[in-house]
Amino acid sequence: MSTNGMESWAVDLKDIGAIYPFQGLEVLMVIIGFVFWIAWHVIQTRHENAEIEADMAADRSGDETREAIDRY
Amino acid sequence: MEGNLNALTTIFTEFYYWVTIVMMFLIHVGFCTYEVGVSRRRNHLKTLMKNAMAIPLVTVTFYLFGWWIYFAFPNGPGFVSGGLITAHFAEPWNPLMATHLSGVNPGEPGVTAADAAIWHRLNGVFWGAFLLFSITTASIISGSIIERARSGAFWIIAVLIGSVLWILDAAWGWHPQGWMVKLWGYHDAYASGVVHAIAGGAALAFLIVLGPRIGKFRPDGTPRDIPPHNVWLVTIGLFLIYTGFWGFYAACNIPIISPAAIAGQITGDTWTATNIYLAPTSLSAITFNFLMSLSGGMMGGYIVSKGDPYWTFSMGLCGIISASAGNDLYHPIQAMLIGAIVPAICYKLHYYVERRFKIDDAVGAVAVHGYGGFLGVVVAGFMLWGQPSSPYEGFAHINPLGNFAGAVLMFGLGFIPTWIACRILNSMNLLRVPEKVELEGVDFALNHAFMASVSEVGAAEKAMIK
Repeated sequence: MSTNGMESWAVDLKDIGAIYPFQGLEVLMVIIGFVFWIAWHVIQTRHENAEIEADMAADRSGDETREAIDRY
Repeated sequence: MEGNLNALTTIFTEFYYWVTIVMMFLIHVGFCTYEVGVSRRRNHLKTLMKNAMAIPLVTVTFYLFGWWIYFAFPNGPGFVSGGLITAHFAEPWNPLMATHLSGVNPGEPGVTAADAAIWHRLNGVFWGAFLLFSITTASIISGSIIERARSGAFWIIAVLIGSVLWILDAAWGWHPQGWMVKLWGYHDAYASGVVHAIAGGAALAFLIVLGPRIGKFRPDGTPRDIPPHNVWLVTIGLFLIYTGFWGFYAACNIPIISPAAIAGQITGDTWTATNIYLAPTSLSAITFNFLMSLSGGMMGGYIVSKGDPYWTFSMGLCGIISASAGNDLYHPIQAMLIGAIVPAICYKLHYYVERRFKIDDAVGAVAVHGYGGFLGVVVAGFMLWGQPSSPYEGFAHINPLGNFAGAVLMFGLGFIPTWIACRILNSMNLLRVPEKVELEGVDFALNHAFMASVSEVGAAEKAMIK
């Protein structure tokens, strides 16, 4: 038993189709792909919000901001 | 050559590998750019030269003995069974290691008609492609040890790893007849173990003997961050490495071959591209998987490092490396998930090892290449469990134990000899620059000479102003 159904290469290649592991689970893999992608945006947005909040809380006097503008 | 089709196939294959060599050179442009970006200003020139001179040193030694090792050592286990295989075409004094047109001149030493037919056009480009893997393997170590290692020590280790150790493991586990493939079912199509794990193991050994940079650890033992002096240069370097890795991947394939030429179990007349083990795959498959594992690595790296550009790009590379062992056979989403999860583990491991064992890896090479390559090989053993490792009869199937043992062997083959060599170099006071030089910066004398020249020429020019 193998994860792609092939036990040996004693075959004619013209008769062989997919050779990736866990064939039959393509839809599940695509769903996992979508979940991964959406989850990335959710987590990234949380991180960015926290970062922006920290930026907002910083430099109340505006001195460092003026220095940053001067540095271009 | 027999027939136009054979001639065309040979010349296509020759050109194919030649292009991969050119592409792979970008890996070294990237490594140099990256390392200079990471190093502080007082260490730039020596950092650049340390890495760059690995190119000629590994090239010369790979010509002298590295290429022969690949063909002579596939028998095993280890060195103890089967003996050396005769490989005249890879001996540096053989006429096939030079310009050759496939006939056999009267009295030509060590050249058979069969060898000449295959190797007259392919020897140089195969040698070149493997050489670029060799330089990559050596170069991986270079970044870890910046700002305090002596260049001469690195160059000795570069030859050891680039022209001896990695090519020995390639003979064992990355050769169609390698004993690890035959007996263990070892599968590592794009070199997670044979290039990256061994280089990571060697880098770790070097770092243990070398010790951290001055100032890396606080008196209480906690690590300080030593930021790259130029993040943009680091980024460009990593993108150049990504680009070079396209060539690396393509060079791991045989572009076109007939079942008859493979001479294994495959029946029929369908020509195919194969991996290094001569088992079928395609450039299309590895294009899917290269990009998906890179993307998984960058996305996972961005999250785990909270958007740090240095680690995001490094984790992209780690994503590729961690999926490389099975990227000839994975589904793209499998490649993406492996490429996302393994680098996140490697990132955590980097900081754990840094804190726990006081290892100062300036570029995270042990994590990206060593842990990423090791885990990539282990994961492939599970993902590809039961699949044939080879088109030849009697070879073990791919399995978790074989790949785990292979990953340990690869990492260990890098670690142990490098540790011994570094201990010897250290005992001779050849491993690390003195503390004074490290504090001055390893470019101190060069910078003095540079500034003296600037002053002198400036004074001469100013004296001519009327």
